[in-house]
Amino acid sequence: MKHTKTAAAAAVALLSSVTLAACSSSDDSVAGGACEPAGENVTLEFTSWIPGIEGVVDLWNAENPDIQVKVQTGPNGNGGTYKNFFNQIEAGNAPDLGQIEYDALPNFLVQDGLEDIGNCEEVMAAKDDFVDWTWSQVTLGTESSVYGVPQDSGPMALFYRKDLFEENNIPVPTTWAEYADAAAQVKDAGGYITNFSQSDINQFAGFVWQAGGSWFSTEGDAWDVTLDSPESVQVADYWQDLLDKDLVSTVPAWTDEWNNAYNSGDAWTWVSAVWGANSIASGAPDTAGKWAVAPAPQWTEGGTDAGNWGGSSIAVLKGSDHKYEAAKFALWLNTSDESLTALNEAANIYPATKEGLNLPVLKEGVEFYGDQAIYDVFKDASSQVVPDFTWGPTMTQVYADVSDGFKNAVSGSGTLASALADGNASTIAALEAQAIPVAGE
Amino acid sequence: MSSTVQRTKEIEASRASKGARGPREHVMSRTVAMVIMGAFTLYFLIPIWWLLVAGSKDTGSILTTNPLWFADFQLFQNIGDLFAYRDGVYLEWLRNSVLYAGVGGAVATLLAGMCGYALAKYRFRGREMIFNVVLGGVLVPATALALPLFLIFSEVQLTNTFWAVFLPSIVSPFGVYLTRIFAASSVSDELLEAARLDGAGEVRTFFTVSIRLMAPALITVFLFQFVTIWNNFFLPLIMLRDESLFPVTYGLYAWNTQLNQLPELRSLVLIGALVSIVPLIVAFLSLQRFWRSGLAAGAVK
Repeated sequence: MKHTKTAAAAAVALLSSVTLAACSSSDDSVAGGACEPAGENVTLEFTSWIPGIEGVVDLWNAENPDIQVKVQTGPNGNGGTYKNFFNQIEAGNAPDLGQIEYDALPNFLVQDGLEDIGNCEEVMAAKDDFVDWTWSQVTLGTESSVYGVPQDSGPMALFYRKDLFEENNIPVPTTWAEYADAAAQVKDAGGYITNFSQSDINQFAGFVWQAGGSWFSTEGDAWDVTLDSPESVQVADYWQDLLDKDLVSTVPAWTDEWNNAYNSGDAWTWVSAVWGANSIASGAPDTAGKWAVAPAPQWTEGGTDAGNWGGSSIAVLKGSDHKYEAAKFALWLNTSDESLTALNEAANIYPATKEGLNLPVLKEGVEFYGDQAIYDVFKDASSQVVPDFTWGPTMTQVYADVSDGFKNAVSGSGTLASALADGNASTIAALEAQAIPVAGE
Repeated sequence: MSSTVQRTKEIEASRASKGARGPREHVMSRTVAMVIMGAFTLYFLIPIWWLLVAGSKDTGSILTTNPLWFADFQLFQNIGDLFAYRDGVYLEWLRNSVLYAGVGGAVATLLAGMCGYALAKYRFRGREMIFNVVLGGVLVPATALALPLFLIFSEVQLTNTFWAVFLPSIVSPFGVYLTRIFAASSVSDELLEAARLDGAGEVRTFFTVSIRLMAPALITVFLFQFVTIWNNFFLPLIMLRDESLFPVTYGLYAWNTQLNQLPELRSLVLIGALVSIVPLIVAFLSLQRFWRSGLAAGAVK
């Protein structure tokens, strides 16, 4: 008897300390709204995960004694930094500025974690500096609100083994139909045209993006979920067909096995984003000089649509006292030549501004790709990215659920299309569980 | 110490003589035992071997050459690169880890030792309850406490400071449990009585007499706590933003998540992981001597 009593007391003590901690957060003294200079020297905190960004921030600090920026780097967004942002916003001590990928912005928006910088004149004035679709990624379907300054983008194109295609007299595919034909020829030559990644759901989203589909849209406050839209199913059926005919390999992406498939010439192409150029160069060093880049295959003959995979923005987090200064720094970071050049040098950041795509460093031939000026291809792709793709507020859940479905489909139970339908249902359920309004329900 | 050795020898001798007379251990069972132990040894050592081999390669050949054999041996050049990268931020992380784990482990051991000793040797109201609460603490995973701790530390504005990781690290409910059990059996009341009669205060008795008798348990607690803090990942992840405060585990993790942007980091992550286990190995090798004698002391009782 005595024993149970003490145990209960212990449990109560523990519980109460937990609940106490949970309640005693968030102070509401910070006013959002106006975008005005503080009129005094300010120090901003900025959290990012770009390797070497300290050097870029130093450039700013040297020229702007009145707005000093303290940069802190940690793991990438889904690796923990987003979770930390949410905790810090809850506790009221979030940094002024945070790096947030496009696909995570809606999540921060519905959790009320972002300051709207749409009323900062300089931000609105910079609108036309950015590639159109990157701007729509940060306005999230609104007219006058801006929730971040676009930083980088990941327009997609076709990486292919030029040498192997030439040796085997296979024409480089310009449409997805030709790509499927080429896949059969590559199979006959003893390789796989590409590897279908079951876990890179945002790559698949990039394919859907290119096909003109979108996974989400907003109607007022309500979210419309369209993971199984006709465009989405079209893409799924296409890849399902290649899988059924065993024309694509299915090793888990970003593993040694996967690198090896590219390094040993088992995999001949990869439809990927601009940053993929470095992934191949580092993962498949023995194939240096043998790769080339062409525009991504099209759904219609002569089409000029591109998808996007990745990219992030710099957002002003809720509770910042210095919205004006924060926005000013974010604009400099993502539009000035000196910053964009330094970012590209430090971490291969591919700019989101129209001018940034003309940086001298992005005009040069790349040795790994047989001195081809590959960034010219991506520059075109960037201007061809369809502007309407919208991300949802629960992308982590979407990625996990669809990825589970894709894994099953690859191992033979279900199809990619059914995985999307299941993902659609579970996403609606997840939104409703968080009391986020769903359209048409 | 010498008496322990003596006794061990006697035990070994008696075993040997018994073995000579009694039924011989079957060759089969012996072989099976050896095979199983061999397999486990390999199982535990191969990842470290892999790490050593990978740490000795340059970024390109990590992925393209045999993962279990050396290609271009440049271990020392890699270590040099690691220490030089970004003005030696890795060394800073290593120093932080040593501070968190070393000092934190030592303070935790002292606190746990005092607490366990008090619980074992003094009789007072609520003693069992306190002990049970502490025992309850063993059951609560540190991960579950990280977020509440973050919110509490936010209230007192201590997040993103050295103390945010250090203070939670100096609490070891398991240590209290272990030292209480050990103190109850190894520190005799007569000895304490004698010390008191000789005029030593309670604090002095603890630090001069009891702490020595409890040394094996304290070493064990220290080792456990050292390793726990060294490997603690979630707390720094939640608490820290400033890179110069990171422990080495968290820093390496951050680099690892940046591989997409900067694939060259791969070799630094690997060599960094290799270097980061060295202090753990040193701690174990230098302290296991005490630990073993501790187990023997317990057995004699």
